[in-house]
Amino acid sequence: MSNLVEIRDLRVDFPTPTGFTQAVRGISFSLGREKLGIVGESGSGKSVTGRALMRLLPEAARVRAGALRFDGIDVLNASERQMRDLRGGRIGLIMQDPKFSLNPVMTVGRQISEAWLAHQKGGKREAREAALALLEQVRIRDPQRVLESYPHEVSGGMGQRVMIAMMLAPNPDLLIADEPTSALDASVQAEILKLIEDLVSARGMGLMLISHDLPLVSRFCDRVVVMYAGQVMEELPARDLHRARHAYTRGLLECMPSLSHKRARLPTLSRDASWLEPRA
Amino acid sequence: MIGVEHLNVHFGSNHVVRDVSFNVAAGETFGLVGESGSGKSTVLRTIAGLNADWNGTLTVAGKTLGHRRDRAFFKAVQMVFQDPYGSLHPRQTVDRILSEPLEVHGIPDAEARIVRALEEVALPRAARFRYPHQLSGGQRQRVAIARALVADPSVLLLDEPTSALDVSVQAEVLNLLADLREARQLTCILVSHNLAVVAHLCERLAVMQGGRIVEVLTEAQLRAGEARHSHTQDLIALSHELEA
Repeated sequence: MSNLVEIRDLRVDFPTPTGFTQAVRGISFSLGREKLGIVGESGSGKSVTGRALMRLLPEAARVRAGALRFDGIDVLNASERQMRDLRGGRIGLIMQDPKFSLNPVMTVGRQISEAWLAHQKGGKREAREAALALLEQVRIRDPQRVLESYPHEVSGGMGQRVMIAMMLAPNPDLLIADEPTSALDASVQAEILKLIEDLVSARGMGLMLISHDLPLVSRFCDRVVVMYAGQVMEELPARDLHRARHAYTRGLLECMPSLSHKRARLPTLSRDASWLEPRA
Repeated sequence: MIGVEHLNVHFGSNHVVRDVSFNVAAGETFGLVGESGSGKSTVLRTIAGLNADWNGTLTVAGKTLGHRRDRAFFKAVQMVFQDPYGSLHPRQTVDRILSEPLEVHGIPDAEARIVRALEEVALPRAARFRYPHQLSGGQRQRVAIARALVADPSVLLLDEPTSALDVSVQAEVLNLLADLREARQLTCILVSHNLAVVAHLCERLAVMQGGRIVEVLTEAQLRAGEARHSHTQDLIALSHELEA
């Protein structure tokens, strides 16, 4: 199977007044047309990794890699024009809060049409029809009404469905979902993730699901990459999560309150200094 | 300690809380659970005095609350909000943030109280003269908790206090809240959409849907899955599904 994404020894540094901060420190993984979860706490470098692949990091960031390829395209040396085709075209990005990622002064219909027009051939009428069909695909019950709505008129869960519809408009090969449900409540979370899972499987796309919620991610992904302080601690099949060996992975699992087991205190994560040491 | 009887809240023509009644005993932690839009946060904000258009009877420590609250109320009842990024003044240092409740309530001995409050929430002393943007999310939520505690309240209202935090930080904050509740004999109401979090901290909880309480359960009943209402059963099933 040829890989959609090939990342080898990726390093990302950000300049600070006192020198460079290493956000990502030599990570490697590959992704085919499958569902990969990237899990870690804030600051672990998981989002930066996703952004690096789309070359969306600020110019001041120093990005180096042995290989950073999307479908054979060398992202580090691609032209701006090639990148424009990738971003939003072949790679869709869904961010955390639809309140901030949707344009507040444009109707939902116009935003989805715009995404369609930017990457597909056709006129305004076709774009509108496509938008309507996409809203149906993301299981919005009243697509005609939502098409005419502004983002503030729809709920958080609905807003995220709109975001997904917009990202699917150009028919991408890869979807990067960066904490797509952290701003939503539990029942809507599950619905949205199921929707993403179904659409990704049905369209044969690759999915990179970035989140801090390990059990949630493992439920919807095939494989999980666990990151800490810019490095990969462990990579394992999602169904083997309970057999995780690394102390960090186990710590992340342990510290969740559980409905089935009562515990007086939650075990907190004791961070081992050796996790910070450069890994081979 | 806290009594809510036949509470109704309107936002314009929208009837968002419908005939809600419950009691919270002194020292108890009571949970309010529901999906977004179920009215759980509105109940909490109404108790805190942040909503004007309500009717029904609210009592705290035996005193019936009016639409305007007096200063003693605001000293006794404190609130912690979901998002520590939004609830702390970005241009005030932690020291300034913690001094404000003390000044408002004319509480002497600010210096000692601020030092003690920082210790209680396990923040380093150096954090005292930092600005919120110089702190991590977990540290910021600790500042918000310290601000709520610095004036010695007897009631703590918690609105999704950990849902903006990493799971590892959530565990620390939940442990902190459990310790403080014990040490200070606080009466708490915790609003959350996460059943596991509520089961961890609360002795009893109410499940809300469409502005109404559909069911009140004990923590043991919740864990045993002894819910009668279908909405509660759905929430429990979902929570188990996501845990597995």
